[in-house]
Amino acid sequence: MKSKFHPDENGYFGQFGGAFIPELLYPNVKELADNYIQIIESEEFQTEYKSLLKDYVGRPTPLYLAKRLSEKYGAHVYLKREDLCHTGAHKINNTVGQILIAKKLGKTKIIAETGAGQHGVATATVCALMGLECTVFMGEKDIVRQAPNVTRMKMLGAKVVPATSGSKTLKDATNEAIRYWIQHPETFYLIGSVVGPAPHPDMVARLQAIISEEIKWQLKEKTGKENPDTIIACVGGGSNAAGAFYHYLDDEDVELIAVEAAGLGVNSGESAATSQLGEVGIIHGSKTILMQDEYGQIVEPYSISAGLDYPGVGPLHAFLYEIGRAKFMSATDQEALDAAFELTKIEGIIPALETAHALAVLPKIKFKKDQVVVVNLSGRGDKDLEIYTKYLED
Amino acid sequence: MNSIQELFQKKGENLLSIYFTCGYPKLNDTTKVISALEKSGVDFIEVGLPYSDPLADGPTIQDSSQKALENGVNLDIIFEQLMMIKDTNKTPLVLMGYLNQMLKYGEDKFCKKVVECGIDTLILPDLPMVEFENHYQYLFDKYGITNVFLITPHTSDERIRKIDSYSKAFIYVVASASITGAKGDISNNQIAYFERIKNMNLQSKLIIGFGISDKQTFTTACKYANGTIIGSAFIKYLGKKGTKKVDDFISPILN
Repeated sequence: MKSKFHPDENGYFGQFGGAFIPELLYPNVKELADNYIQIIESEEFQTEYKSLLKDYVGRPTPLYLAKRLSEKYGAHVYLKREDLCHTGAHKINNTVGQILIAKKLGKTKIIAETGAGQHGVATATVCALMGLECTVFMGEKDIVRQAPNVTRMKMLGAKVVPATSGSKTLKDATNEAIRYWIQHPETFYLIGSVVGPAPHPDMVARLQAIISEEIKWQLKEKTGKENPDTIIACVGGGSNAAGAFYHYLDDEDVELIAVEAAGLGVNSGESAATSQLGEVGIIHGSKTILMQDEYGQIVEPYSISAGLDYPGVGPLHAFLYEIGRAKFMSATDQEALDAAFELTKIEGIIPALETAHALAVLPKIKFKKDQVVVVNLSGRGDKDLEIYTKYLED
Repeated sequence: MNSIQELFQKKGENLLSIYFTCGYPKLNDTTKVISALEKSGVDFIEVGLPYSDPLADGPTIQDSSQKALENGVNLDIIFEQLMMIKDTNKTPLVLMGYLNQMLKYGEDKFCKKVVECGIDTLILPDLPMVEFENHYQYLFDKYGITNVFLITPHTSDERIRKIDSYSKAFIYVVASASITGAKGDISNNQIAYFERIKNMNLQSKLIIGFGISDKQTFTTACKYANGTIIGSAFIKYLGKKGTKKVDDFISPILN
């Protein structure tokens, strides 16, 4: 079935997407574009992917009816527990899939970028599992604020390379990964989100689609209906949101809410709310919405959450925003922190700071009676304890 | 006729082009660098538009771009600077930037300004051929602007032939699978690659860039192409010595 949410032959979702890459990367990207769908749809891939997701990652992840949260907000709030995945976030769905694609293409060296470190850990993990060489680029600033994940990556045998240019965060880690890729075209760039040149955004979305595939049957088991009224997910680049939305994109009666990081406030000058502050442009090989100045220089974003601290958004999300298929909301640092502590106190679940942004919009929405809401609980908060400790002390 | 084509008619070999970053090392150095390069006998000049996220560039050009942006340079200032020397400068200029700069400035407005500054040749390393065909060929033709495509050791012959058919100024032969940055000698593999391209007998002129840094690499590369571009090595020099000593860098290469 051809959906308008599948990219066209040049990798476009509406006006967004494409592959704006230096000629140096053309053979690499073309090889992937020519093969990824065939590989993903092959029985061999599906068998191995599903088996690893089940026995190694721990899928299906539970769809949990959060009773006290539901009472508080007057809706049926279900949490899709991606935080229970091996390595602590949804990121590993994608890395398991891509490592199988890399192997199929005969690649032995893997590179990746990481913001919060979750994708870096998930990549280092599958590289350890498969015995492949792994190099992870991480912003110098993020190396400091997500130190436990740096240790994890190193334990897993990955080389962690600090990105020291620009804002020293996710954007710059991605630049450095792409530069390394240009210089080492034999490597496989295991990208962590639905960003980058086509076909990366579509490939990652397909690999994260397992999230909504499971929500469908789990919700049917619990409520008798496959479709919730609303799905809420946080968006930096947008991979967990893409996965949670994927199988519902064509079901227009399901409301999709993407939550961006507002930092200190959307108009404070310290924000990462791309859809509100951005305009059409090109970042990391893809035409999308991004934060830039009047001369097209990319603006350094800000969020307390290293995983949402990104000046762009994946091209699929730019398309969803433009046509109004998804509603874009935002949460500030403070609202996210409050939401993280609330979930911890009333449900006994410590969410990642990224995920806390999705939870933070619950008080902002007026729910109708019996509204079924799924919040994608994309990751757990172990890596954010330093920031949570500070919050406790204040 | 394109300004670079005219140049090739007068001189077909051993062409030296120098890349520099606008607004570096100081905001108002743009015109000084161009004048100095012209006096030194450089054949054409690659004028770099500093960009926040220059994916195809190595650390040297990246640093110079960051510094230039900190100096406060922007496209309007650059166009003003280029207008100031339009009537006195006789050395052809090629503008090198990233696609997003043109996109955000407004594609028509950008092209119009470029032409007003007397420039007719663009290098946009992140503009792929398919996008050129679908979205930019018509626009550039309208303004009489020529786009320069890059080829690399991994570019197939078939693709090179297609690039050749689109190239009106020259083909930028990327010396190695690399980002910009001087690396020393030219290897046997690189020579084999240069020979392969040379033997394809393309209609376009060939300029080799990436990793060309001094007299020796310049001379070697010129055996296989019509000329070369030096970038990072010059930027490094400029950062250390400033605009007054430009000739001390160029003359050992040319003489």
